[in-house]
Amino acid sequence: MPRLEPPQRLPRIISSPGSTTFNRTSSWRNLVPRIDLALCTGCLLCWKFCPEACVGLPGPKPEIGMDYCKGCGVCAQECPAECISMDQEAEA
Amino acid sequence: MKTSIPQEELLRSGHQACQGCASTVAMRYALKGLGRRTIIVVPACCWTVISGAAPNSSLDVPLLHAPFASAAATACGVKAGLQARGDEETTVMVWAGDGSTYDIGLQSWSGAAERGEDMLYVCYDNEAYMNTGVQRSGATPMGVWTMTTPDGNRRPKKDLDALLEAHHISYAATASIAYPEDFVRKFAKARAIKGFRFIRVFSPCPPGWKYDPDKTVDLARLAVLTGVFPLYEIEAGAFRLNLAPAKLKPLAEYLAPQGRYKGLDPEALAREQGSVTERWQRLLARKAAS
Ligand code: SF4
Ligand code: SF4
Ligand code: SF4
Repeated sequence: MPRLEPPQRLPRIISSPGSTTFNRTSSWRNLVPRIDLALCTGCLLCWKFCPEACVGLPGPKPEIGMDYCKGCGVCAQECPAECISMDQEAEA
Repeated sequence: MKTSIPQEELLRSGHQACQGCASTVAMRYALKGLGRRTIIVVPACCWTVISGAAPNSSLDVPLLHAPFASAAATACGVKAGLQARGDEETTVMVWAGDGSTYDIGLQSWSGAAERGEDMLYVCYDNEAYMNTGVQRSGATPMGVWTMTTPDGNRRPKKDLDALLEAHHISYAATASIAYPEDFVRKFAKARAIKGFRFIRVFSPCPPGWKYDPDKTVDLARLAVLTGVFPLYEIEAGAFRLNLAPAKLKPLAEYLAPQGRYKGLDPEALAREQGSVTERWQRLLARKAAS
């Protein structure tokens, strides 16, 4: 097949990839997860299973990004050490 | 630090999926397996919304919206365009719900599969039209409540996997978010294979299935352990069962947390258990024969 020249640039309709991070979904949350790091074994299942991709790995132990956590409770449910509690969110 | 699946995240936070949506975990894993050189084509489904309203996107890879009926046809065009520019590296992935795959877009993926088009077609199966408010699809199991089957769906779920296999495709697999390593491995494998590849992802949906969002991974796991959603792959015709529990858990354990199964009477439950067991026996026989 002959190689085509790149087409003329289309107008940009997507501002930038990965740009939904402007949307702080923490306001969706009723329950807030808290990790007891003293009991955490660093298995990283909470990082793997989080639907929001908001559990970070700053070191061997996870850290929840509270700007985006929607409080679904998946991490607490799946944590084998049972060291994540879901507490009532403080009134805004 | 070493992790059992890649750390790079190509799905960003701030997306619009409901709390505890399995399809977002699935997209994270899929892109961990495929990497950045991926273009996604999405027909009408929940992901039309989750990917972000213009001009924003929740993904770090390009995504093209397609009409309900034509995701696979659109993907053929994207692939042809890439080839014309000399790009053989980029994976084109269709990411479609069950409504588009089982029903409305069936002709377009069937044509692409039959021609052996070079693409990965993924169906994230949440077993109804969730984006429009839980209407029954061809993927809805028997007995299940939806808005359009208020006293229980009267037809069994369509056997999509068998339909796909009948097209003699290069790779077919099932994948569950409860098994991240198996999931990522299958996508990495599909990336390396040429021709039409298909992966069906089981996708629990808290509002549509009426359960608490924290049970999403648990239900995905129970579906595998009860035999509702067996994990297997078929590569160039060779069948492999990826996980074969010595004894299946009773179906009732998987159904209990889900409000959509509330109307199922004991007789219907026994019938459903019978069909799950029967299908599992067939898979075991196939495993023994391969
Ligand atoms: S509660 Fe849900 S969204 Fe929040 S960190 Fe846990 S898994 Fe992620
Ligand atoms: S799942 Fe629990 S034990 Fe494992 S890393 Fe997360 S908090 Fe720690
Ligand atoms: S309706 Fe279901 S599948 Fe759709 S975004 Fe919500 S949880 Fe996910």
